[in-house]
Amino acid sequence: MEASILITQGLNGLQLGILLFLLASGLTLTFGIMDLVNLSHASFYMLGAFFCAAVTLWSDSFVIGLIVGVVATALVALLLETSLIRRLYALEHMDQLLATFGLILCFDTLVHLVWGPAGIVMPLPAWLNGQIRFLDVVFPVYRLMIILSGLLVAASLYVLVTHTRTGMLIRAGASNRTMVGALGVDIKMLFSGVFVLGSVLAGLAGMLIAPITEASIGMGNDIIITAFVVVIIGGIGSIKGAFVAALLIGIIDTIGRTWLDGLFALFMSSDAAETAAPALSAMLIYLLMAILLVLRPQGLFPPKLR
Amino acid sequence: METLRRLTSLLVLILLAVVPVAGYLSGSVFWIDVATRLVILAIAAVSLNLLLGVAGLASFGHAAFIGLGAYAVGVPVYHETYGGFEWIASYNGWFHLALALGVSAIFALVTGAISLRTRGVHFIMITMAFSQMVYYALVSLEEYGGDDGLSVDLRSEIHGLDLDDPLILYFVCFASLVVILFLMSRISASRFGNVLTAARCNEERLASLGIGAYRYRLVAYILSGTVCGYAGFLMANYTTFISPSMLEWSRSGELMFMVILGGSAYLFGPVLGAIVFILLEFYLSRLTVYWHLPFGIMLIAAVLFLNGGLSGFLAGRRRGGSGASKPGRSQAGAVSDE
Repeated sequence: MEASILITQGLNGLQLGILLFLLASGLTLTFGIMDLVNLSHASFYMLGAFFCAAVTLWSDSFVIGLIVGVVATALVALLLETSLIRRLYALEHMDQLLATFGLILCFDTLVHLVWGPAGIVMPLPAWLNGQIRFLDVVFPVYRLMIILSGLLVAASLYVLVTHTRTGMLIRAGASNRTMVGALGVDIKMLFSGVFVLGSVLAGLAGMLIAPITEASIGMGNDIIITAFVVVIIGGIGSIKGAFVAALLIGIIDTIGRTWLDGLFALFMSSDAAETAAPALSAMLIYLLMAILLVLRPQGLFPPKLR
Repeated sequence: METLRRLTSLLVLILLAVVPVAGYLSGSVFWIDVATRLVILAIAAVSLNLLLGVAGLASFGHAAFIGLGAYAVGVPVYHETYGGFEWIASYNGWFHLALALGVSAIFALVTGAISLRTRGVHFIMITMAFSQMVYYALVSLEEYGGDDGLSVDLRSEIHGLDLDDPLILYFVCFASLVVILFLMSRISASRFGNVLTAARCNEERLASLGIGAYRYRLVAYILSGTVCGYAGFLMANYTTFISPSMLEWSRSGELMFMVILGGSAYLFGPVLGAIVFILLEFYLSRLTVYWHLPFGIMLIAAVLFLNGGLSGFLAGRRRGGSGASKPGRSQAGAVSDE
């Protein structure tokens, strides 16, 4: 009995971790390579969810929704990068924070204009809407699919970053972007590419979560802060760090929600414990980051400099 | 052009003193309502600017202090009304004030001592982290309404000052702003302020003179946090409502925006920023439900084109060709009178 709960919660934590990784990998790349603090990453998470949900409802196919969603997110990202984002790279972090905060406001309102104030509820296709039973562990198929596709993306990112020429440029950019430019690499193209890639990954995370939560305005605005925590803990610019930190945080968060209330119920009313536990597990993440920032400000897996 | 900026500051202060009061006396509570909120946020923005403008420390968690100050009013009132925790239960305004300042100062001391060990973007993130911790802690306090917050049944009782009277409340807030502006101008012109400015411009050089920046920054952090906690104390008395949403991360972002919009290099900049922020918010939201769109665009435009903020603009400072590159970006001079 206990073991099956442990496995189910472990899988839930893994699923949250995977979503965080999809968000954080793009964030850590734009942060590490372009030195850009990009709050508007949250908007691509939301845009992905809305594109996918709208197209899925229209075409009645989740797969078409995903494909159109990815293409549309990429186009918006490319447009934004070439028109505005590239002007921000040279600014101070605080200015970037404010400008991209402004972008969040714009995107939230644009989505409001196009799709109305209510979100889009998106039904799961029948072939994903089952449950898998293994011994006495029951787990929804769709959540399992999120985990698998996330791992697949992580693996392809790993191959891209460590075994291709583009990946080499990305790593070089994270270590020393001036030198990459000096060696004659088209920095503008590289930056655009990285931004689009990161935004698509964020959009993908939104698309994957949309059938569970629904696509809603401002859905990314809380999780983006958690994604920043992941980036900082993992080490700015490190995909590997983002992966480890995302899973760590996903599991800490889930465990906190599941077991802290049992622990608290020992010395407070169970109602109070039920509200205190999620909040405290949320605090736990920030506590972890604060401790890490003092002891090891460069994060767990910082990219090697120079 | 420098005189133009000073004249504007003076004129704005006079307008702030006269317009809401005149409106109130002619029977409309509307302007005094807007102005009270404006002045309280201006106090918070001015406090943030001691870090942002003078010390060059980008705190992204200042809303936490507003929240702490506000809960220091709400919690004692709640217990005095509904019982429990006798030692904290009180309607006494001086007690609320002492609690607000004390809690903010202690919180600033602890978090500042830790945060100031980090630099740059890490400082932004760690201050945000501490603010989020307070946010989630307050969300988990079911007794005080958790997520939904709590209405404050009675305003702080201060003998001789009836804060239920909008005029008196506004007078208290406005006078506080003027006093705090004066204190901040003294602080940034003092040796202490000079050390902060020097540390912002060149920390190594300062260290070679035998001055460690850490202690000065910590004191500035505590000062700034305490003043911001005071703004929270006023805020709770203004809204008579406290909730964790007062310290969401976007609130800290808005405070930052006020400072940048008004111009962090000038003492009066944050006040201008708060005024423009509140008026924009007010007029745009009356114009259309989609007001966040023009608001967001203005935010982006302000960051891109208004280097030095509104007061920098008034002082004749325009953005130079590549004046915004990261390493050598001059921080547009010291705060206050240069």
